[in-house]
Amino acid sequence: MIRIEPRENPSRVFAVGIPILSAVISLAFAAIPLLAAGANPITAYGEMIKGVFGSVFAVSEMLTRATPLIFTGLAAALAFRAKLWNIGAEGQLYLGAIAAVAIGSGVLDISGILLLPLIIVLGAAAGAAGMMAPTYLKVRFGADEVVTTLLLNFIILIFLQMMLEGPLQDPMGLGWPQSAPVLDQGVLPPLMDRMRVHSGLILALVLAAIAQFMLARSVWGFKLRAVGENAAAARHAGINVRRSLFGVAAISGALAGLAGVSEVAGLKGYLTADLSPGFGYTGIVVAMLAGLSPVGVVIAALFIASVFVGADSMSRAMGVSSFLADLVVSMSLLCVLVGGFLAKYRILRTKGATA
Amino acid sequence: MGWRQRQPDHFMTQSTALRLTGLSKRFGSVVANDDVSLTLEKGEVLALLGENGAGKTTLMNMLFGHYLPEAGTVEVADESGTLHALPLGHPQAALAAGVGMVHQHFALAENINALDNITLGSEPLHGFRRNRNSAKAKIDGIIERSGLNAPLNVPVGRLSVGERQRVEILKALYRDARILVLDEPTAVLTPQEADTLFDNIKAMTKDGLSVIFISHKLREVLAFSDRIAVLRHGKKVGEMATADADEKVIARMMVGADTPKVARTEMAPGAPVLKLSSISVEGRAKRDTLKGVNLTVNAHEILGIAGISGNGQSGLASVISGLAQPSAGTITVDDQDIPKPSPGAMVKAGIGRIPEDRHHEGIVGAMSVAENMVIERLDDPAIQSRGLLKRDAIQANAEKLAKAYDVRGPGVIAASRLLSGGNIQKLILARVFERSPRLILANQPTRGLDMGAAAEVGRRLLEARERGAGVVLISEDLDEILGLADRIVVIRDGNIVEAATHDREQIGLMMAGEPT
Repeated sequence: MIRIEPRENPSRVFAVGIPILSAVISLAFAAIPLLAAGANPITAYGEMIKGVFGSVFAVSEMLTRATPLIFTGLAAALAFRAKLWNIGAEGQLYLGAIAAVAIGSGVLDISGILLLPLIIVLGAAAGAAGMMAPTYLKVRFGADEVVTTLLLNFIILIFLQMMLEGPLQDPMGLGWPQSAPVLDQGVLPPLMDRMRVHSGLILALVLAAIAQFMLARSVWGFKLRAVGENAAAARHAGINVRRSLFGVAAISGALAGLAGVSEVAGLKGYLTADLSPGFGYTGIVVAMLAGLSPVGVVIAALFIASVFVGADSMSRAMGVSSFLADLVVSMSLLCVLVGGFLAKYRILRTKGATA
Repeated sequence: MGWRQRQPDHFMTQSTALRLTGLSKRFGSVVANDDVSLTLEKGEVLALLGENGAGKTTLMNMLFGHYLPEAGTVEVADESGTLHALPLGHPQAALAAGVGMVHQHFALAENINALDNITLGSEPLHGFRRNRNSAKAKIDGIIERSGLNAPLNVPVGRLSVGERQRVEILKALYRDARILVLDEPTAVLTPQEADTLFDNIKAMTKDGLSVIFISHKLREVLAFSDRIAVLRHGKKVGEMATADADEKVIARMMVGADTPKVARTEMAPGAPVLKLSSISVEGRAKRDTLKGVNLTVNAHEILGIAGISGNGQSGLASVISGLAQPSAGTITVDDQDIPKPSPGAMVKAGIGRIPEDRHHEGIVGAMSVAENMVIERLDDPAIQSRGLLKRDAIQANAEKLAKAYDVRGPGVIAASRLLSGGNIQKLILARVFERSPRLILANQPTRGLDMGAAAEVGRRLLEARERGAGVVLISEDLDEILGLADRIVVIRDGNIVEAATHDREQIGLMMAGEPT
């Protein structure tokens, strides 16, 4: 018979150890489908590593892929710290992107050095606005934000298509559903010549550092943690729980919106309906892998970006499907969830037959 | 007095019903039970005494198979009186052997009636029809023999606490329990209800039932048990016939030293500190509802709120702590109107709040002791400047308070949930008293605390009263109110009645709502 007992004092070692172990285990498990596909796992992982760290270009590609994941990972991590389950980062990302091209591509007549800051601020504001309605429904009516934020993603996606075939459509785009390109003054400058990695990465890293600092050191972070860990005690102590929730909702939405800004203004230059291959959802995996720590988000985003970029490269070199990357990412999430459970509970085997 | 000395009149059939031998259990490095042996005779009432954390619950959980002991045996007598070893770690085996338990927190489904609650679980899960009539007949028989009256066809949610407890006991008896364990059975009852319960228990023991009752109320233990066993730090430190025991002996055995006596001097009340005028609260449940309460608390005064639990105490506490918005009425603190009550506004007005559920409302368990000590004063410039926490000041404040209030644990930067219940309460006391509040709301401040910690709470409350604070003491422990309060009011059904007496019997009748 198996019995599950809570651990009285989960070790801090688990907090760091479990994500790392999960990452390793998920890579190890991925060897099984690799073998099934007839590839030598050692060679395959060698190709993956080469594909991520083998050249400056490879590293640049990995960092480019990590950038939006840092934004969406932070969005999820901060909201989840307050037990606000924002599953809508994908939609908020597109709201930020829509705002970026609406202002930045000359649809509105703004130009000059103010354009880039304006794109960033309004893109963030658009993402934040996208999180307000679900939060209001939650605090006012108790509506489950998991459902509302998730469903809002699809509404926003359809709104995006309407925009791309309507007011935001590029007049020079030969009828494709895509926006006009962002003006030069509105572009997030690249970090290296002829490389795709752009200054959105710097913005993401700075925001991660600020989030880490504010969580631990500010009154805002104190209240956020108190609300997330025990809302009843926070309320009893005089903390305005609603205000804290709205605050973190706005920041979470803004960070997701910035992911969209960064992709449009830093990487693609214009907006299409396939801007994000699910960065909003992958951000949740990043946040969970990171144990909801902002610094951890950076590391987890780098790991997951490496898996994606490395798998692409391996797939080209060895003819194995790059869906392997999705497999590794999902397994690492499962491992973290199982690991998190094992950190909180111990499983005991009791002897003897059942009565 | 409604408390009668029990006569040991049923010792005619001496045979052992239960024997625990050498039970030991440790959790990590903590020894919860160390070589504990106990016997229970047939038809006997054994009181199991001990402070919080003495190992009473662990012992009972081993008896029930919830925990697997490291060493020791449990033997239960069958119908013929022969002892059989119970397979350890198997709750089903304990149930089958006739061991029943009534927990402090009832395990009843509120939306179905008592009959279904009683039969639930003892019938096949996948059966299509149930034989309600034979179940009903069996329960009626038990009610007749024991006197445990409870309406069987009303949803349990509508029953009083005393009735629910009877349903719990009926549930155990329905499953043919021959040994019944009651965990702090009188915590939720009026003195009169407690009397009835013990009368019922007495009737049942005549039928051959053996009872272990866990308690820390010395008075009822002395009045209603045949024998007393005392646990301290996981060891059995004493066992005696109740006839040979007195309060002082038992208390010393439980604590290991003489208990500190709280000294209380008479004091003239000062000016009103808190005034509630026609306060009504529309709560979701009866316990949250107030119906036009008028209440004045003066400086230098401890006002005791007596009442059966669930009669509006929660509502009253919520209003004073700022959690509930009154639908009518006004609140004034020191003659200042509080137009928009909120927890923050109440703290600002000088009200210190000791919440009922210290784990749930008192602390954020995942945050550190130091952080929990400043959680009510986050806008204090001593704690923060421009939105950034002064970590050194917070740390220093915590070290100082931990020392002054004797908060013991793994340190002030450790998570507060690692503290014991008594130390969590000391943390909250430190947070409340350091601000020298004008009024203190103490809601069940000693519930679950050991005698030393409880005496400390009482001492701090008296100290605050001496300093000039007013204290509202809400407690289900009438002895505590009688011992500390200057003035007693009774809360019943959302209304408050001045008791104007310290007489236990009379207050008990008022709590039950009978005209005096």
